[in-house]
Amino acid sequence: MLGLSKKDTTFLLIVIILTLATPILLQPFPENSALAQFNAGYPDLMQRFAIFGIFAIGFNILFGLTGYLSFGHAAFLGVGSYSVVWMYKLLSYNVVPGLILAIVVSGLFALLIGYISLRRSGIYFSILTLAFAQMSFNLAYSVLTPLTNGETGLQVYLNDPQVLMDESSPTSPHFFGIVMNESVKLDVGGWLFTFSNGYYFCAIIAIIVFYLSMRIFRSPFGIMLRAIKTNQTRMNYTGLNPRPYTLAAFVISGMYAGLAGGLLAAMDPLAGAERMQWTASGEVVLMTILGGAGTLMGPVLGAGFIKYFENIFSKINDNILHTWFAALPDGIEDAIVFLIHPFIGKGWHLTLGLMFMLVVIFLPGGLIEGGSRIWNAVTGKNRRKKHDAEHHPKPAPHVS
Amino acid sequence: MDAIILQVLNGLDKGSAYALIALGLTLIFGTLGVVNFAHGALFMLGAFCAVTLQKILSLSFTVEDPTQKDFLGNPLKVDTPYVVSWFGDATGNAILNWSVPLAILFAIPVMLLVGYVMERGLIKHFYKRPHADQILVTFGLAIVIQEIVKYFYGANPIPTPAPDAFRGSVDFGVMIGFAENQIIYPYWRLIYFLFSAAIIGAVFAFLRFTTFGMVVRAGMADRETVGLLGINIDKRFTIMFGIAAAVAGLAGVMYAPINSPNYHMGMDFLVLSFVVVVVGGMGSLPGAVLAGFLLGVLESFASMNEVKSILPGIDQIIIYLVAIIILLTRPRGLMGRRGVMEE
Repeated sequence: MLGLSKKDTTFLLIVIILTLATPILLQPFPENSALAQFNAGYPDLMQRFAIFGIFAIGFNILFGLTGYLSFGHAAFLGVGSYSVVWMYKLLSYNVVPGLILAIVVSGLFALLIGYISLRRSGIYFSILTLAFAQMSFNLAYSVLTPLTNGETGLQVYLNDPQVLMDESSPTSPHFFGIVMNESVKLDVGGWLFTFSNGYYFCAIIAIIVFYLSMRIFRSPFGIMLRAIKTNQTRMNYTGLNPRPYTLAAFVISGMYAGLAGGLLAAMDPLAGAERMQWTASGEVVLMTILGGAGTLMGPVLGAGFIKYFENIFSKINDNILHTWFAALPDGIEDAIVFLIHPFIGKGWHLTLGLMFMLVVIFLPGGLIEGGSRIWNAVTGKNRRKKHDAEHHPKPAPHVS
Repeated sequence: MDAIILQVLNGLDKGSAYALIALGLTLIFGTLGVVNFAHGALFMLGAFCAVTLQKILSLSFTVEDPTQKDFLGNPLKVDTPYVVSWFGDATGNAILNWSVPLAILFAIPVMLLVGYVMERGLIKHFYKRPHADQILVTFGLAIVIQEIVKYFYGANPIPTPAPDAFRGSVDFGVMIGFAENQIIYPYWRLIYFLFSAAIIGAVFAFLRFTTFGMVVRAGMADRETVGLLGINIDKRFTIMFGIAAAVAGLAGVMYAPINSPNYHMGMDFLVLSFVVVVVGGMGSLPGAVLAGFLLGVLESFASMNEVKSILPGIDQIIIYLVAIIILLTRPRGLMGRRGVMEE
């Protein structure tokens, strides 16, 4: 179906079903129960899953397939947000023109940056992209203030033209009249499910771009990109010029990032320069690596994982911990809470950093590799298939 | 003319921080071949060494002074730092006042230890891994170090004043033959420049004139051969990692009075100092120093109003612009060796 093999079609269908059922699946605990704080089924968070999923899928097309580690992808995210808010200001709150503009502008921007940065590979490429992103960030704060509104951030004011607005138009982001932040709430015996328009809008776009990335992975173009990662020199000797392929991958992933940035502004009609800071670029690298670079599902899992734990860990505080460990004797309870305290609440970044180090050290393939290792251990597969180092040497990425 | 000299001073001053951090980064890259994204965090740890020493020295006990009354009529409570009570008023207050220069002595062993532990505990396992993995793991480490510092010291900048003797400004113009009040420059910034020049000189002298340094230089040129000669080069490289950490730490200690240390100051410097390393040439020590000062001076000239009125915003991007031009036209950097990371 749709040009996919049977296995891929099943995979895609599973992904679609899971995505559409997310508001139910992420709400496993009844409201008012002690575990309700682990629920993630509220619109804001689910939209973030979808949006950062898109961002990571796009980043993975570049990093996962070609091995070029970009440290400046947040620039495209910022450009996408700014485009959408500008369309709000000039036309109306309909997100469609903005998203189209976001994709086009970030694509052009990526073409420019990619054309220059891709002349170098390895760490030089990382530093060039980092330099470009920091340049955009600094400019957005200083000279480009008329375009970006500087530190305040770009937002819609009452005196903006908004030429397509009339009396009946919604006054918040909408898709041809479907308002993003409206939702249907469903109460089923204590379980509260929220089906929000915004989430489904992002989710459908996420499914479409996931399908696209699947096609890219399976296409001859995708195989060419993998060839670049495996051995660029050999590719040169075969008479192929890798540059057009890497540039195409860079532009595609830039457009994905622009789309994600645009959707962030569709969620909340605001755009700030801090979205372009290099820590934001680092975040998408974290997501991709954590999930598993070069796999289809990995980046999405990584994005969901990071956003979920960011949300949950930063909500937990000492009082909640005390209620959890209340059954233990007082001294032990206090000791445990004292030990966990630095890792929760505001200390969430510490947990993230540690987790990230552990993944890079012990599990370079990310969560996906971890999952398949466990699976192999359970089914006993790896005992039969032993790695033959002499005839199948591990491909060493030349772009490191 | 005086405006230009002032900008050169500003530039050298900014450049000294860049040069010191870039020097450490290059030492690590040149010896171990590791791209260390946690180097900015080491700089930040250095600054917090100064903060810590200041806090330790000003630990005090409270006594009630019955001779004085506060406005409620209770005996006045007086905080006396322990050092003051031990060494007497004059010496004790002097020690407190000079806590930042004293922190240099405190920071050297601490940072050497931090560097040693970091190399043996983590970096060692990443020699054979691709550069991307090294970048990622040290990036994670930088986050962890930052967050630990934030946990203990809070998110706000902590003022760490310089000794009273070096507060205020000096009329620098008079020293080099200008009229009075033409070039006035803060004392501490001049000291920072002299200090970093001394450190850079010391590192180069160490590498140039000691046997240890000679072995390290030989190892940088051809690690395998040095190993075959029966020299344990790994051990020496580990020590060099410690020294690089100490250099970054010292840069941080002395920087504390210029900008009150906060937990993310390292990240702010890291990106810039990487750019400096690339401009200077990966693995080239003189290149790193030269590029550090050069970019510092360029940056401060770009922030002159005359320049900004022609090219608005140039002060924000000049460093990155230079880096992009250098990378595209001369990828091995200003003083990089031919063939080192030219791809």
